[in-house]
Amino acid sequence: MEIKDSYELPLPKERVWAALNDEVFLKKSIPWCEKLERRSETELAAEVKLKIGPMSTRFTGSITLSDIDPPNGYTITGSGKGGIAGAASGSAKVKLVEAKDTSSTTLSYEVSAQVKGKIAQLGSRLIQSTAKKLSKNFFGSFVQQLEDINKSK
Amino acid sequence: MNEVTKIDGIGSSVRRTEDKKFLTGKGKYTDDINRPGQVQAYFLRSDVAHAKIKKIDIKNAQSAPGVVGVFTGDDIAADKVGGPICGWVVPCRDGSATKEPPHPLLAQGKVRFVGDAIAVVLAETAEQAKSGAELIDVDYEELSPVVDFENAGDGAQIHDEVPNNCYFDWELGDEKATADALSGAKKIVKLRVRNNRLVPNAMEPRCALAEFDNLDDSYTLHTTSQNPHLTRLVLAAFMFAIPESKLRVIAPDVGGGFGSKIYVYIEEAVCVWASKKVGRPVKWTADRTQAFLTDCHGRDHVNDVQLGLDENNKIVGLRVDTVCNLGAYLSAFSVVVPTYLHGTLLSGQYDIPAIYTNVKGMATNTVNVDAYRGAGRPEATYLLERTMETAAREVGMDPAEFRRINFIPKDAFPYQTQVALQYDIGDYEPHLDKAMEMIDYFNFEKRRAEAAKRGMYRGIGISSYIEACGLAPSAVVGALGGRVGQWESASVRVNPTGTISVFTGSHSHGQGHATTFAQIVADKLGIPMENVEVVHGDTDKTPFGMGSYGSRSLASGGSAISKAVDKIINKSKKIAAHLLEASEDDIDFKDGKFVVGGTDKEKAFGEIALAAYVPHNYPLETLEPGLEENAFYDPTNFVYPSGTHIAEVEVDPATGVVQVVDWAACDDFGNLVNPMIVEGQVHGGIAQGIGQALLEDAHYDENGQLLTASYMDYCMPRADDLPSFKVGYTTTPSTVNDLGVKGCGEAGAIASPPALINAVIDALSPLGVTDMSMPATPQKVWKAIQDSQSVAAE
Repeated sequence: MEIKDSYELPLPKERVWAALNDEVFLKKSIPWCEKLERRSETELAAEVKLKIGPMSTRFTGSITLSDIDPPNGYTITGSGKGGIAGAASGSAKVKLVEAKDTSSTTLSYEVSAQVKGKIAQLGSRLIQSTAKKLSKNFFGSFVQQLEDINKSK
Repeated sequence: MNEVTKIDGIGSSVRRTEDKKFLTGKGKYTDDINRPGQVQAYFLRSDVAHAKIKKIDIKNAQSAPGVVGVFTGDDIAADKVGGPICGWVVPCRDGSATKEPPHPLLAQGKVRFVGDAIAVVLAETAEQAKSGAELIDVDYEELSPVVDFENAGDGAQIHDEVPNNCYFDWELGDEKATADALSGAKKIVKLRVRNNRLVPNAMEPRCALAEFDNLDDSYTLHTTSQNPHLTRLVLAAFMFAIPESKLRVIAPDVGGGFGSKIYVYIEEAVCVWASKKVGRPVKWTADRTQAFLTDCHGRDHVNDVQLGLDENNKIVGLRVDTVCNLGAYLSAFSVVVPTYLHGTLLSGQYDIPAIYTNVKGMATNTVNVDAYRGAGRPEATYLLERTMETAAREVGMDPAEFRRINFIPKDAFPYQTQVALQYDIGDYEPHLDKAMEMIDYFNFEKRRAEAAKRGMYRGIGISSYIEACGLAPSAVVGALGGRVGQWESASVRVNPTGTISVFTGSHSHGQGHATTFAQIVADKLGIPMENVEVVHGDTDKTPFGMGSYGSRSLASGGSAISKAVDKIINKSKKIAAHLLEASEDDIDFKDGKFVVGGTDKEKAFGEIALAAYVPHNYPLETLEPGLEENAFYDPTNFVYPSGTHIAEVEVDPATGVVQVVDWAACDDFGNLVNPMIVEGQVHGGIAQGIGQALLEDAHYDENGQLLTASYMDYCMPRADDLPSFKVGYTTTPSTVNDLGVKGCGEAGAIASPPALINAVIDALSPLGVTDMSMPATPQKVWKAIQDSQSVAAE
């Protein structure tokens, strides 16, 4: 399953890139994230609680950053185990493109997600809509926070 | 058989005596049984389709609340317990044998399908066992999953022992003669059909309760089995290497099987093993998700068909190339289902002078595929009857007439087919004629025109099927690679007052044996049916028997009972002769009385029974007291039920919904013992076939995740999907058994899918639609209609 979207931000690329690499900032953008800790330059540990269809599950797992191309983008990959509910993994290719006058940046993403076990057996019909909703939530609130900070300045 | 049919004898629609308990919710199933001190088992299952197991960490689970034990494949291996076995193998074309990879009870180093068991957790309660399992950490190294069975040969190798993921590559028939026939044919009809994968969905999920008695080193297993003696044999002799006498297997009331409860599954074996390990009874009950994931699935074939016709539209040859999906491990009958239960049926009801078939059985990262109601014969019937209808359409003949000119003529029996089987008897035109009459075939075009006025597409479709059932002559089974005999047993005990206890090796899990078998005994002995009790399902009570599958209970098990009763009558005659001071040759047995021919001297059956057990006046010097006889019946041939089903449908072009509006089923099951039970079997079989044709489809995604693992995504037929069935019969009594019976359990599921799909194609034929795959869901049908219209517009 593939999910794509993009946002335009009234900020220079460097500013957006910094936020994309700030785990405190990232965590604030993920309301369902209960823990996000940096382990290394490219690795973070995460705990998230998700509701997919009839199932509410806590996933523990790791987030890896790859294809890092500062300040143009990276691929963020997460995989988590939800115990008896199964497992989920997903990755998002994030790209930043700055407008010619450097006043704004377009953030675009492409998400793919996979589920295993009980989540796949009971909730497969719901995965697409859930992943879409979560992606929108995350990037939406990420952008919103950046804009809020920008305004308050 | 007595000439006068008594109220409760053979041929009477007696109500099922077992129904009182079932209809009032008083059936006693395995899950209803509990033993003091029992622990509950939960199986941790793989949620990936194909992976190496790098590490299993059970430490946290072991110390979880209520957990009594946590075991993995290594613990099983340490005790040298073997895995389930394959009961029937076939030779490959290249002379090699079927590849039989090991199937460990709990995964060892590798998992091969989503649902493969990795560890078992035993705890005081089922909830604690499940919670404990959640604390097990499994570290996988994921491998590329093999899901598409047609291309499984190019996928990652699933078993070291199975190169190219091909378990076997088998053939039957004369390839050259068939090639010659096809090359000389005036017309060749080609068709590629797919037999969709099905989940068996017995109403009662699988369950096991195992107990070990350390005083005499013996086990008792209550389990959901269609054949408790086979389960005991496989567990004792092949898996645990213990004497059969140390294992008692009881299959109490069982809520449906449809084939899925034939096999020994890993869960019941692990429960047996663990009951000794922890010294407490171990119980496991599957939930519905586990049933979807781990019960053996059915069907899953792709068949390429070539049918050759001469200038008179007579069939000259048939070639079928089949690839089938057998899943992650070989199951008990998974090899025989697509081979000898499929390839041998390809002649159908037709006189086909040359037939050849090749079948490749593939391994994939999906659950095992094995017998499901019909087992091989629905697949054969589907491809053949779809091809017959397509051929008739292509040569411009009425499908009924095209079948008729190709039927094996009535006077050609016994008929030797080109695919090993010899049909003993049959007469196919009468059931075609009767079914056509039942559905008013000749006025169909009027109904089609009337429907068209309402904006609906109406279609009619025929399926003339044959099946081989009543497994089976052991010598034939053995020659074809079967590893068991296929006889059936019965023990008939006459109690001192003349009541009867029948102990049968067959197993009833919905078929109504307690009624049908009692009718046979009552009829033969001229006694009331309520005086006959039928005992089954317990290896400590019943003689060794093969159980129930393949529509064999009446033809094989019923015949064994009949033979045992014959022995009772013979011995009774000797006793009567002594009591009546007459020669044994002068004793006639009729209506429950032993009479000295030409006199009024007689003894009732009850008096003979009493004399046998109170032998005060008895020929003890020449005859043993008591009245109890065993019979083991091994048939000389299969029995061959046949029939014609005709379906009539209406398709709504706006929604693509197919409504089954009429159904005529005319079957030849030989003599009927209880027509009401037979009709119930026909109804159930057709309903399952309609489910396959319109609704059901087990679907794995490309990662090997089963997406249809609940009733939200796997659609079963409901009452409003079904019309009121018209059921009729013709009768050619089987020449194989004394009762003249065939088998009726699978016929409906075999006959119905092609009739229905033929009807859907017929309905859409004015649009130019010539093919439709199963299940014909509204979306698929709607799309076919849209595509045909866009073609027309171009």
